[in-house]
Amino acid sequence: MRKFLLATLAILMAVSALYAQKVKGSDTVLPLSQQEAESFTKANKNANVTVTGGGSGVGISALLEGTTDIAQSSRKIKFEEKQKLQEKGDKVVEKIIAYDALAVIVHPSNPVSKLTREQMEDIFTGKTTNWKEVGGPDMKIIPYSRETSSGTYEFFKEHVLKNKNYVNGIMSMPATGAIVQSISQTKGAIGYIGLAYLDKKIKAVEVSFDQGKTYTAPSVKSAMDETYPIVRPLIYYYVEKSESTVKPFVDYVFSAAGQKIVKDIGFIPISK
Amino acid sequence: MRRFIEKIVENILRLSGAVTTIIILLMVVFLFKEGFGLFNNPVVERGHVLCVNASNKIAYLNSKEIKLIFDGEIENWNKLGGEDMAIEIFRFNEIFSRYSEEEFGNDYEKLPEKLGEVISSTPGIIAFIPGQYMPSSMPKVKALADEKIGGADFFGGKEWIPTSVPSPQFGVLPLVLGTLLVSFIAILIALPLGLGVAVYLSELAKDRVRKILKPAVELLAGIPSVVYGFFGLVVLVPLVQRALNLPVGETAFTGSLVLAIMALPTIITVAEDAMRSTPSAMREASLALGATHWQTIYRVIIPYASSGISAAVILGIGRAVGETMAVLMVTGNAAVMPTSLFAPIRTIPAAIAAELGEAPVGGAHYQALFMLGCILFIITLVMSIASELISKRDPGKGV
Repeated sequence: MRKFLLATLAILMAVSALYAQKVKGSDTVLPLSQQEAESFTKANKNANVTVTGGGSGVGISALLEGTTDIAQSSRKIKFEEKQKLQEKGDKVVEKIIAYDALAVIVHPSNPVSKLTREQMEDIFTGKTTNWKEVGGPDMKIIPYSRETSSGTYEFFKEHVLKNKNYVNGIMSMPATGAIVQSISQTKGAIGYIGLAYLDKKIKAVEVSFDQGKTYTAPSVKSAMDETYPIVRPLIYYYVEKSESTVKPFVDYVFSAAGQKIVKDIGFIPISK
Repeated sequence: MRRFIEKIVENILRLSGAVTTIIILLMVVFLFKEGFGLFNNPVVERGHVLCVNASNKIAYLNSKEIKLIFDGEIENWNKLGGEDMAIEIFRFNEIFSRYSEEEFGNDYEKLPEKLGEVISSTPGIIAFIPGQYMPSSMPKVKALADEKIGGADFFGGKEWIPTSVPSPQFGVLPLVLGTLLVSFIAILIALPLGLGVAVYLSELAKDRVRKILKPAVELLAGIPSVVYGFFGLVVLVPLVQRALNLPVGETAFTGSLVLAIMALPTIITVAEDAMRSTPSAMREASLALGATHWQTIYRVIIPYASSGISAAVILGIGRAVGETMAVLMVTGNAAVMPTSLFAPIRTIPAAIAAELGEAPVGGAHYQALFMLGCILFIITLVMSIASELISKRDPGKGV
C-alpha cells in the first residue's frame, strides 16, 4: 500500500516538474491554439501546453488571478483590466497572433446581398424590423447574436453597433455552430460568424463602411488587403515576468509553421 | 481488534454524513451571500462615475434613463427635465483619440485634467469615466448622484441586458416568467402522456413487454441533456417552424416539447411505482365486487396512488425548471417578456450557464447571476418540499 502511494506521489511530482504552460480564453482562438499546441509539443518532446476555452473574459480574468500563463482573446484588453494588472505590479504583453474577419450572414434564399454599417446597426439594435426596409421581401428580420461571454459579441457591438445595445431580446446562441444551424433553417434570419465558419448552408452579405460607396465580400483575400472592414485581431496576453516560460510557444506561433496553421484553420496570418 | 475497526468505520460514516451536510449548508450560504451582494452595487458600473458639465441642471438619472441616453434614444436634455440642449455622449476611451499618449504624463497623472478640459468645454456632455480619474477639483465638472441597485429594479424589471454600459439592466421578470412558462407547458404535455404510459405499464402491459419497456424508459433518463438539446435544435426546431408556419423555430413551445420528453421518464417511473404498490387486496376486492378492469384502474388504483402520482408530477416540474443545456439550445435565449408561446424566451438556468463565463468575478453581473441561482433554488426547494409533503400523505386516502 505504502509503496503504491509513494509511486503515485513520485509520478505526480515528475509530471508537475515537466515544463508546462496553460493557455486559456476565447473560444474563437481555441481551435487555433489547440492546433498550435499540438504541433508545438510534437516538435518539442518535453513541452506541455494545456489549452482551454471559456471566453475571452474568462481568459483575461484567469491571467489576473495568475491561474493561466497566456490569455487568448478575441478582443483587446479593457482599460480596467489593464489597470488591475498594473496594480498587482504586472505589466501585460500583447501579441497579435492572427486576424479574424467577421462575416454577416443571412439565409441563402434571402435576396438581400448588400448592407451598409448603418443598416446593420439599425437591424441589430431593433430599429429596422422588416427586410423590405433594406430592399428585401416583406419578411420579419430575426437577428441572431452570440452569447455575452464571447469576444465576438463585444467586438461586433463596438465595431458595427458603435457601442449601442443589441435589441432587447435578440436571439442569443451558445456557439457559432448553433448560429449557422439556426440561420440555415430560418428564412428571415441574420447573424455574424467568423470567416472560418462560412459554408454553403448560409449566405454572406457584402458590407460597406462608407455609406454604401463600396461593398466588399468577406474572404481571406479581402481581409488581408484590408478592404474588408470587419476584421479583428486575435491576441495572446501574458505578463512580462512569465515571458521566459511562454516565449518558446509564442515564438512557435509566429514561426512560418505556426502561421501556416493560422491559414489552414481559416484565420488571416499576420505576415501580410 | 474487530470492535475497534467497527468503531472506526462507524465514525467515518458519521463524519461523512456531517461533512456532506455542512458542505451543502455552506453552499447555500455562499449562494445567498454572493447573490445579495448585488444590492450593494451602484446603478452605474462599479468604479465609474457619470459626469456632466456643472451648468447642467440634471443631478440624477435612473438606470433606465442612462441606458436610453447611451443607446441614442434620448437625444436632448429637455426630455429629462433639463434645458433644451443636445446630449453629447462621451465614453472614457475617446479621450485617447483626442490627446496623444504623451500628454497624459507617466502613469496617467494628467488624465483627470484632460478629462476635465473636455467636460468643462462641452455644455451638453455626459461623460462615463473611471472614478479614480474624476477631475474632482475642477469647478465646472459635476458628478451625477448614484444610487444602489434596488430590489424593485431587480425583481420587477422587464429588461435583462447585463452587459449594457454604463448602466447594466438587471430585470429578472422575463427570465422568471420564461422559466415558469416553459416548465408549465412542458408538464401539461408530459403529464397525460406519462400517466398513460404508467397506467399501461403497471396494469395493462404483459410481463414481457414491461420487461423491455421499463428499462427503455429509464434509459431515456440517462441520455445527456446536450443530446436532447441537439435533437431539439436539429429536428424539433425546423419541425415546429414549418408545422406552425412561424418566422422562427426556436420558441418557448419547442423548449417545452424537449423538456416534456426529458420529464417523461421521471413521471413514468415514479407514477408506475406508485400504482404497482397498490395492494392486491384492493384490486381483488374491486374486481370481486364486479367492477371491470377499467373501473378498477380509475376508481381504485389511480386514487390509491394519487399521492405518488402528484409526487411524480412535482419531480417532473423540478426537472424541467432546473434543466439548462437542452433549453439553452432550443429556446432562442431572447430575454423578452413572454407574450406568446410561439416566441423565443430565455430561462434562468440558461442565462446562468451562458453568462457566467464572461461575468467578471465579484462584479454586479456575477452577483446578479448568483441572485438568479437563489431564485431558482427557492423554486426547486418549494417543489421538493411540496412533493415530500404530498408523498407523505396516507396512501389510499383518495379511495
